[in-house]
Amino acid sequence: MAIRAVQNKRKTMSFIVLLIVSILWLMPLVWGLATSFKTPQDISSNPTSLFPELWTLEHYQGLFNRPDTPVMRWMLNSFIIAGSYTVLYLIIVSFAAYAFSILKFKYRDQIFWIILSTTMIPTVINLVPLITMTIDFGWFGSWLSLIIPGLGGVFGMFLLRQFFLGIPYELVESAKIDGLNNFGIFVKIVMPLSKSAFLVAALFAFMGNWNDYLWPLIQFSGVDASMWTLPVGLSKIAGTYNYDYGLTMAAAILAIVPVVIVYALLQDKIIEGVARTGIK
Amino acid sequence: MQLSLEAKRRRMKRVIKDHASAYAFLLPYLIIFSIFFVFPFFYGLVISFFDWNLFSPEETSFVGFDNFRRIWFESDGIYYRYFWSGLKNTLIFVVFSVPFLVLIPLILAALIDNEPKGYKVFRTILFMPTVLSISSVILIWKWQFYTNGGFINSVLLKLGLNEIPFLVSQPWAWISIIAVTIWWTMGTNMVILGAGLKNIDKTLYEAAAIDGASYVQTFKYITMPSLAPQMLIVMITTVLASFGVYGQPDLLTNGGPDFSTTVLMMRIRPLALGTNANPGIATAMAISMGLIMILVSIVQAKIIKRRGDA
Repeated sequence: MAIRAVQNKRKTMSFIVLLIVSILWLMPLVWGLATSFKTPQDISSNPTSLFPELWTLEHYQGLFNRPDTPVMRWMLNSFIIAGSYTVLYLIIVSFAAYAFSILKFKYRDQIFWIILSTTMIPTVINLVPLITMTIDFGWFGSWLSLIIPGLGGVFGMFLLRQFFLGIPYELVESAKIDGLNNFGIFVKIVMPLSKSAFLVAALFAFMGNWNDYLWPLIQFSGVDASMWTLPVGLSKIAGTYNYDYGLTMAAAILAIVPVVIVYALLQDKIIEGVARTGIK
Repeated sequence: MQLSLEAKRRRMKRVIKDHASAYAFLLPYLIIFSIFFVFPFFYGLVISFFDWNLFSPEETSFVGFDNFRRIWFESDGIYYRYFWSGLKNTLIFVVFSVPFLVLIPLILAALIDNEPKGYKVFRTILFMPTVLSISSVILIWKWQFYTNGGFINSVLLKLGLNEIPFLVSQPWAWISIIAVTIWWTMGTNMVILGAGLKNIDKTLYEAAAIDGASYVQTFKYITMPSLAPQMLIVMITTVLASFGVYGQPDLLTNGGPDFSTTVLMMRIRPLALGTNANPGIATAMAISMGLIMILVSIVQAKIIKRRGDA
């Protein structure tokens, strides 16, 4: 009885603290949203109000009409780049993960652990060599630099391998007896059983590529703005129009809304994927 | 005899075929991984020993350890100043951000683990900023800190307080950068630690409660030891991420005021490419930074493992 009372008190306290922190966490976004719909006069006279006196779309219209801020174009570019990357990445790493989990060959686990242990090497060391390589390959400043080098990423491969290891081997054996070859087993047995793992790997590959900042910034240093990705374009808006609050907030909201919608739909999978990285 | 030899040969054939098909599955990944992860690592080591010229290879010359000597010891040189001031600023960020980036998520994860009403909604909200890109985070946050009609200062003025020049004076510039970093990245650690907390056997807590243990005691003697594996991952990944900090100071304070938030990555980038590029020096700085990061990770792993065992 006493324990129950303590637990209830703890729950109430937790609720109150979490509520306050959550409101705090949402504040900047809610307020950015409100500001993007306020008139310039409203922004300067009521900077803290969360409700526009007069709702206006002028900042969004301004954003679309300015030739140097093609936000929708950047979003499309980012979508094409992150999308191509994700599709190619899933094909390549799922093959490798299949080999590292279901297939049997000499030094399989040794090769896998060597690859995994390289993740301890900080990626900053590879920065300059990768710049030099993309210049030598003639890729510098092109989308290829943003799609191809990241295809060797270990995280998605590791995630899929761990999932494939959980597939009962008897299923693979009986498929073999039925005359399926390795590719057939992969397509007909492994892939249908691993839809959720593929989804998680795809989400993380897409988000990582979509949000990347330093690497595209380097690649696009001398490239026409119409080729940029969204994060690079937004950083230019932050630098150029930093005192035009309405315009910058409209740009931020446009960039954030699609991400938040996808997040809201798939947050269970995303959170589960992150949680799994901490459990061996 | 004849038959078994035939069987052996057939088996050999099958083994070879199996191997060939396994390597066929592995090959695309191994090729890409070798070209873009393994090769650059060794290439980087090579570049660090050269006075490297990106666009005219004939002007590239071997200099041995000279790049490392210049950034580590040549105390009147500009690269020495870049490296040590950049490293100092990076270390300031690591030391003052990591405790918050571990403790705040730990507390929030513990509160969520009590499963109060709507805890899943709270978790969704608190994790949400981690899916945003750094540029959109900065767009939202930058002008909150401005003195001229920025949100926080407008609130301060309303309360009758003085404005704070957040982005252009210390220690406020660091406080702003760290606050944004907490808001943006804290969710990942919260979820990882939350998964660890969820795995702890709840009967342990009940036994402790019956024995009259306080909340703090329970936390210290039951929660923390059980959480050691997640703590190890969280500590190491957080420290490594903090070492690599770039976007927040670059976009929020532009390295100011007076270069006090110009972190090492902000020194390496212009040396990697551009009019003042010196790839040999840039790589030597990157390798030095990488070595420090590896060392720090090893030390942390040792300390946390020992704590977990005890």
